[in-house]
This record gives sequence, C-alpha cells and structure tokens, in this order.
Amino acid sequence: MTEVAGLAPELEGAKKGQGESPIASASERFTSYDVEAFEVPGGREENWRFTPLRRLRGLHDGTAAFDGTATIAVSEAASGVRVETVATDDPRIGQGGVPADRVAAAAWSASKDATVVTLDGAPEPVTITVTGPGEGATAAGHLQLRTAPHAAATVVVEYRGSGALADNVEVVLGDGSRLTLVVTTEWADDAVHVGAQHISVGRDATLRATAVALGGDLVRISPTVNYRGPGGDAELAGLGFADAGQHLEQRLLVDHSVPNCTSNVLYKNALQSAKGATAHTVWIGDVLIRAAAENTQTFELNRNLVLTEHARADSVPNLEIETGEIAGAGHASATGRFDDEQLFYLQSRGIPEDVARRLVVRGFFGEILSRITLPELRERLEAAIEAELAVTGA
Amino acid sequence: MSTLEIKDLHVSVATDDGAKEILKGVDLTVRAGETHAIMGPNGSGKSTLAYAVAGHPKYEITSGSVALDGEDVLEMTVDERARAGLFLAMQYPVEVPGVSTANFLRSAATAVRGEAPKLRTWVKEVKEAMSDLDIDPAFAERNVNEGFSGGEKKRHEVLQLALLKPKIAVLDETDSGLDVDALRVVSEGVNRFRASGDVGVLLITHYTRILQHITPDVVHVFAGGRIVESGGPELAHELEKSGYVRFTGAAV
Ligand SMILES: Nc1ncnc2c1ncn2[C@@H]1O[C@H](COP(=O)(O)OP(=O)(O)O)[C@@H](O)[C@H]1O
Ligand SMILES: [Mg+2]
Repeated sequence: MTEVAGLAPELEGAKKGQGESPIASASERFTSYDVEAFEVPGGREENWRFTPLRRLRGLHDGTAAFDGTATIAVSEAASGVRVETVATDDPRIGQGGVPADRVAAAAWSASKDATVVTLDGAPEPVTITVTGPGEGATAAGHLQLRTAPHAAATVVVEYRGSGALADNVEVVLGDGSRLTLVVTTEWADDAVHVGAQHISVGRDATLRATAVALGGDLVRISPTVNYRGPGGDAELAGLGFADAGQHLEQRLLVDHSVPNCTSNVLYKNALQSAKGATAHTVWIGDVLIRAAAENTQTFELNRNLVLTEHARADSVPNLEIETGEIAGAGHASATGRFDDEQLFYLQSRGIPEDVARRLVVRGFFGEILSRITLPELRERLEAAIEAELAVTGA
Repeated sequence: MSTLEIKDLHVSVATDDGAKEILKGVDLTVRAGETHAIMGPNGSGKSTLAYAVAGHPKYEITSGSVALDGEDVLEMTVDERARAGLFLAMQYPVEVPGVSTANFLRSAATAVRGEAPKLRTWVKEVKEAMSDLDIDPAFAERNVNEGFSGGEKKRHEVLQLALLKPKIAVLDETDSGLDVDALRVVSEGVNRFRASGDVGVLLITHYTRILQHITPDVVHVFAGGRIVESGGPELAHELEKSGYVRFTGAAV
C-alpha cells in the first residue's frame, strides 16, 4: 500500500469570497439558500475540480429544467414514525444546515415542498425509497429526517431509478437520540445524482451512518456534520464500487464547533475499469476543529483498492485544528492496488481469478458492510457488489 | 503415482534490455515417493524454475515442456495447476491485505478439493495443522502474510502444504531465514507431508542444513540456469565442504 496524503485548501467559488484566491479554510465556507449567491462553477474551483461538470446535466449552471419529479416513498409507517409533506418555508426546514454549493442551493430553490420523517421512541426500521425522475429528466428533492429527543431509530434511504437528481437531505438528531442511517445509491447506469446531506447532531446524540455507493453515471454526495451541543458522536462509514466510466465522489466536512464531541470517518472505495472507460472515485475528508471545540476526538480514514488499470482514486484528507485542547485527532489515506503478485499467490493455491477478486473485495468491504445490522439489506448489498465484480468489462 | 516431468525447459524474463534467458534447458523428473533437492548459488535460476512450473506470468517459457502425469502443465492456468496437484511454497510469500488467513485457507481448500470442507471438521483440521507448526491460532484472523515475520511466512506456506495436500510440492528456500527451532518445526512439517502418501517433493535450497532434517533421494546442483550434476545425498556433503566452486568456477 502506498500512502498518499494531501491537503485541500477549502472550498468554494462563492461570490462572497470573490477573486482568484480560494478561501483558505473550511471555517470560512460560504453557505446560502439562494442559488444566485453562488457563481456558476467553471471546474477550477476547489470544490468542483474533481467533478466532470459536462456530465452534470446542467444541475450546476442553471440549465437543468427540473422538469421531472423524484418520488419519495416511506415504508408503511410504523408507530413512532410520522411522515409529512410540508412547504419549504416550514420552520423546521433548514435546521439541518444551509447549502454550501450551487447545486444544493439550486435544489433547495427548486423544491416546493419537502418530506419530513420524524422518528420518536424506538420505532421499527424505516425504509425510504427515492426514485429518480426517469431517463432524460431532471428533478430536485428535499428530505428531512428528525429524531425526537432520546429516540432510537434505524432509517434506510435507497436511491433508485434513472435521470438526474439534485437534492438536500437534512438529518436533525434530537438531544440524546440515536440514529442508525444507511444510504444506498443503487441508481441505473444513466443516473446523475448530486446530493447534499446536512447533519445536525444534538447534545449527547449518536449517529451511525453508512453510505453505499454502487450505481449511477455520476454520484456526488456531500455530507456536512454540525454539532449543536456537547456529547455528540457521529460515525460516518461508506463504501463505493466504481466500475467502468463511473464517477463516485464523496465530500465530507465534519465541523466541530462545540466541546466534547466525537467523529469517526471511514470510507473505502474499490475501482474496476475497462479500457477507455475510467473508473474514478473522489474522497474529500475535511475535519475542522474550531477554537471552542475543546476535547474533540476525531479520526478519519480513506482506503481505496484499485482492481484494474485505467482507474483513478483521488483522496484528500484535511484536518484543521484551531484549538490545542483536543482529545485526539488523526487522519490517514491509502490507495492500494490488487496486483498481479497477489493474484498469482491466490491462484497458485487453486483459487480461480474471479473468486480471488471476490475474496479480496469482500475482505476489503467487510469492515463497512458489517456495520449494516439489517441482515437482509446487508446480504442484498453484498450480492449487488458481487454482481458489479462479475461485470469485468472489455 | 504422480510424476512431474520437466524437459529441456528454457525460460526468459522481460527486462529493460529485452528478453533475458534464465533457464537454459532444465531436465528433471520427480516421481511420487521421491524427494529431490536442488542446490545452487544465488541467481542461478532456482526460483525461476519454481515460478515457471507454477505459471507466474512474468516468466516466459520459450521452449521445452512440463507435464504432470502426462498432462501439459504449461497449457494450464495458475489455478488449474494447483488444482491438478502442484504446490509452490514461495521464497517470498505475498501479502494480501484485506483477506483473512482463515478465509484464504478455506477458499483454497474449497478450490483444490472441489467442494467446501465441512465446517466442523475443517475448523479442527486447521487448528491441528496450526498447532503442528507452532502457529498461534490468532494468525487465522490476520490478513494473509501481512506483517508476518520471515519465519512466520514460511510456516504459513507449510501450513498450506499440509492442508492442500498436493501431489508434487516445490519448496523454494523454505529454510532460509529460519532459526534452528523454526527450521526443525518446518522440516517436521515437510516430513509429515512426505509420509502422508504418495507425494513428490522438490526442495530448493541454498544451504545444506535443511538436508540434515529432510533426507533427499537425489541432489541436483543448479548453476547458470541448468542442472549441472546430479547425485545422491553425498553430493550435498561435498557442496557443504567445497561450495559451488567446482560448478561455477568462482567461490560463492
Ligand atoms: N523478473 C526478473 N527480471 C529480471 N531479472 C530477473 C527476474 N527474475 C529473475 N531474474 C534474474 O534471473 C536470475 C535468476 O534469478 P532467480 O531465479 O531468482 O535465482 P535464484 O532463485 O537461484 O537465486 C538472476 O540473475 C535474477 O536477477
Ligand atoms: Mg530464489
């Protein structure tokens, strides 16, 4: 494994920060609900430089018509689960966070209403299915998940279907609550999805999030975590399997602004290309520990496994510390290649090549998948990953 | 009764200056029940022979043949060779991050045996084989060869030998880098394998000391990419006294 590390000056091409020089720190990241407050990205901006804008279906530059609808369906509401459709001027909307890029702001502006799912007590696991607008269409979406104080809930959000979607997902954790959240993007091959997740962690609240990125042509998800009070604990795990031609991007920001909070980020991507169709993953992990955030404990880790040639894994961990009083902080990033020597070794023990690849990928993702405590879901995702592996391209 | 038959084997590797011939006509037949030692100076091509037989993609066979019980080994993929009954204990075993040893061993046994071993007997079998080789059971949970010491890697190779039960095993410097105790443990492992049935062993080594534990039937001296002399165990004694000078023309 070769260790690769790099620092990203954050972020934005916002009008507020005009001029040529990028804003230096994640703490100065520009946010606004107003799409026009953001400049149209040209591709050189720090937060867009990895994204192939030409494939964004105009979500970023105002040319997307938002002519379609993404449906949000919630599995039969168990007791303790309330599902509402509200106007976006509902006072709760925005409690999770504020858009930090032009696509998120565009989605916010284009969404007339939002689905709010409130979880109270200890409800049965809830599955929310978001279905794209269909091939050729574009849509905006807004979903908010809320846990009442001291609730303990499990929510699965599954993205499926075709078309282009820009959306905002707010996750507002009440004080002392615990949310296990699994988000899967199992899009059809044509789909483009640019999603912002605004996560607000209440006092003594716990988030256990796992993201599984499999499908789509271009999927870019940007989770931002804020803490409203001490004792918050957020764990963000994720995996991505990028195959030929796919672009999977994960941009995380954990903003520690209050004392005694914990964050743990662990993302793993595997890449499998075919000739002429590069698989590309991008992982940006920003952790900001502000001056007030004493006694913060944080660790972030990104691992990438390159299975074939013609694949590119970008990995940029970035830890900014503005206080000397932290409990612990670290980051690591490494990209390794499943190489001919490893394949030879496994094959020399009788293991066929396809089984050898499965063995390696299963082992690599095991650490993430084992966090998914719903056995049926975990088995389905394992099978989906193996199906991706079987498509070795040309 | 298995037979590995290597005939006039020529092997090249690609280098920056074009193909370089390393094996220059190797003839060797190993039959079940026999142990052959191949001894030779560093760089003489011993590992190249082992890799070429196992099918490593870096080594190009330019002429000659390798057959196992009459079947053309060179036509087989690497994994087919293993399933046909060939085994190579590597001089430098490869680390495979992300794959636990337990998982690896089970996958290999499943492939070689043609069906997944019954879980109950399998666990016992692995445990015993590990204990025979003084391997800490905790190794099962570690990634294949990752962070293993040189000696641990070699024991892990012999563990696979015990579990996969090949017809013909090629052991490439399985003795190098071992202290006296580890050498004894590893040698006992190889001897258990020899006693386990009608199997053949090709023991590649640079030093004679392992031959005090594992008595060969035939000793071959390897130099300049071919076998230059073959004899009985007494040939090893001569090498111990005089080194490879007589065969290479230079002190090694
Ligand atoms: N992949 C390779 N590229 C270039 N030269 C190689 C390669 N593999 C082996 N050689 C050369 O072939 C010769 C024999 O190597 P090897 O088979 O490892 O010898 P031994 O195992 O007897 O020490 C050496 O000169 C070595 O440098
Ligand atoms: Mg060697």
